[in-house]
Amino acid sequence: MDHFTNPRNVGDMEDADGIGTEGNPTCGDAMKIYIKVKDGKIVDAKFKTFGCGAAIAVSSMVTEMVKGKTLDEALAISKEAVAAELGGLPPQKMHCSNLGADALKKAIEDYRSKQKQ
Amino acid sequence: MKKIYLDHVATNPLHPEALEAMMPYLKEEFGNPLSVYEYGTRAKAAIEGAREQVAELVNAKAAEIIFTANGAEANNFALRGIALAKQNEGKHVLVSRMEHHSILNSARFLEKSGFAVTYLPVDKKGFVDPHTVKKAITKETVLISVTHASSEVGTIEPIKEIVKVAKEHNIIVHTDAVATTGNIPVDVKDLGVDLLSMAAHQFYGPKGAGALYVKQGTRIVPLIYGGIQESGRRAGTENVPAIVGMGKAAELAKAELGKRIEYLRPLRDRIIGTMAGAERVYLTGDRENRLPAHASFCVEYIEGEAMLLLLAAKGIFSASGSACSSKALKASPVLLSMGISSSLAQGSIVFSLGMMNTPEEVGHLLTEFPAVIKRLREISPYAQGWGDREEGGQHWTVKE
Repeated sequence: MDHFTNPRNVGDMEDADGIGTEGNPTCGDAMKIYIKVKDGKIVDAKFKTFGCGAAIAVSSMVTEMVKGKTLDEALAISKEAVAAELGGLPPQKMHCSNLGADALKKAIEDYRSKQKQ
Repeated sequence: MKKIYLDHVATNPLHPEALEAMMPYLKEEFGNPLSVYEYGTRAKAAIEGAREQVAELVNAKAAEIIFTANGAEANNFALRGIALAKQNEGKHVLVSRMEHHSILNSARFLEKSGFAVTYLPVDKKGFVDPHTVKKAITKETVLISVTHASSEVGTIEPIKEIVKVAKEHNIIVHTDAVATTGNIPVDVKDLGVDLLSMAAHQFYGPKGAGALYVKQGTRIVPLIYGGIQESGRRAGTENVPAIVGMGKAAELAKAELGKRIEYLRPLRDRIIGTMAGAERVYLTGDRENRLPAHASFCVEYIEGEAMLLLLAAKGIFSASGSACSSKALKASPVLLSMGISSSLAQGSIVFSLGMMNTPEEVGHLLTEFPAVIKRLREISPYAQGWGDREEGGQHWTVKE
């Protein structure tokens, strides 16, 4: 509840190294996660989310959890882990947690594809 | 923290006088109304008294009121009961897309049972057009059911005009008046309907009591078979305390209706006046022809459940038709049926006032609600627009 009423890391990131978006407002939730990477580690993360309380709390928690992690460690963060960190989510809200993990994954993929170029 | 309850379409608190009327029937007057000795006869007299009170509220005869457990049962009863009674004359039923689930799912049951159902469209303010009804009528049509008012958008439907069209073809008309009975004048003779559903807890009566008005001479097949209660049309031992409470609440509603509307309407108008002028906040439903205590909006770029929860964290309780706030995770079919885009429908929020609310509470809402919108828009990625999302509120503007 605290991550919903006082979400951390809200905002856009001008110089993001990777951006991942997931979801669609027509279904109720859409998430945009920004990451800043230095020496293979995520040093900062920000988000913007359209969605319910759970979706906002998940975004806040995911962006907190990834800070200081290597990209592979961040990729290993599961929706269950995010939900568990939040103290559990009701079954019908688990897809919000999924959305957070997926948006993060896309942000990391975005970073890696940029590195290859 | 002060609690501000603004979800009277969900339910109302019980009127203290209704509770007082119920108390003996929860305690010493526990008799079964079918019993022939004095416990029974007193219980029977109590429910017959309540029947008179409910009948008076809607200008019906007592014998035309059948008590049910709630509004949903009354709606199920009306649709199934009339369709089954009339199936030899035709197997076509019309319902609007604005209906409550208890109507829509009953209609789906009828479809599975071999009836054809036409779902009548509504316009962007939520009105069912009587001309649309006229066009949808076939030789097979036996029943038309259109809500008196939707609790989601508050629009009061032109039932009288729909009845006029139906009666040219001798078709039975039912209206779900759960949201209106006890809240605006409801007169079955003036409306001209054959059946009308109501629920006690929508007018400060208890939960567990509803009623179906069935015009004298209308044949209806029971929903519940059993004993001779409710003239054999609704079996089962009566919920005597709840029925007595419903009767008292009906009597109070009839006596106080004018005063209640006079009190609530200006509060509603203040909410609509302030919020409908806010940036990208759209009133849903009709501005004039709406429930007197009902203000509903779609707020663009943010989601309804998040608004609802942030308001709840501030002690303000409201409702939403967004996908996330529903257990089924689907945006309100009522909003979608009005042509509201599914993105905008996610921003649905409904405030419904009651007699406990004060002007100060409304003032508090009008301070807190814009702050909640602002906060969520800061979090939303769409605050500058839907971007490449093709569906936006700009395609659906009802701001006046």
